[in-house]
Amino acid sequence: MDMTRPNAQRDSNVAEPALVPPVDVLENEAGITVKADLPGVSKESLSIRVDGETLAIEGQVSLGEAANLEAVYAEVRNAQYKRSFVLSRDLDTSRIDATMKNGVLTLTVPKLEQAKPRRIAVRAE
Amino acid sequence: MYASLTRFPGDMFADFEALQRQVEQLLGNRGWPSSIRAAERGAFPAINMGVTNDAIEIYAFAPGIDMGKLEVSVDRGVLTIAGERARDLPQESDKVSVYADERFSGSFRRAVSLPEDADSSRIEATYRDGILRMRVPKRESAKPRRIEVKD
Repeated sequence: MDMTRPNAQRDSNVAEPALVPPVDVLENEAGITVKADLPGVSKESLSIRVDGETLAIEGQVSLGEAANLEAVYAEVRNAQYKRSFVLSRDLDTSRIDATMKNGVLTLTVPKLEQAKPRRIAVRAE
Repeated sequence: MYASLTRFPGDMFADFEALQRQVEQLLGNRGWPSSIRAAERGAFPAINMGVTNDAIEIYAFAPGIDMGKLEVSVDRGVLTIAGERARDLPQESDKVSVYADERFSGSFRRAVSLPEDADSSRIEATYRDGILRMRVPKRESAKPRRIEVKD
């Protein structure tokens, strides 16, 4: 039985609603770092896709639950996380690094070499 | 410059949640009985609870916790989960910009009242993929059993 859906009404025609994981996003000179809370998502059930400038994070929750479990109380009512971001052109999407630890995803998107900050010399006329 | 990265598609859901909260306040959350120890929406960690024939299973969605800072205790049938989650974000400076700060940080405490048939002396807790799973066996006498029908 699916613990995250107490009144499991499966309807294949309707897209399964997903949870929106909370994230921290920060930028420094090297690039952008995204941290997302994805409790219950293992490395294997996580998918990170880059399509053009869109970065999509999707994860399936598995609780490792016991058989014949009957939910009595549930605050998490979906078994899937989904969130996507639009990246910008100065980021190098070919070198995205992702690590998963204790249900926290850390994604780093480096900047393209030519996009890194540089000083622009001002010439005197 | 990174407006595109901070304009989250999830904002629509945030608006909806705010609306739902308002409705709940207006209606006094009627028709959806909640536990007296239930916390407000979005409390950390979120908790799911279920029962099987021989145990009560409690799942706390607590990602990124240092095991040493996680404390599970039980007192008079109330299971308490407490701990602390360190803040991951550095201080903002001219070199570092923070665009989203949604993840919980700080100390937390949540309590769950266990059913009467729970044997709180034999609680097992495991932590995997950011989920703290606690299994509380039912007392032998509370387990379902088959009763033989005699002639």
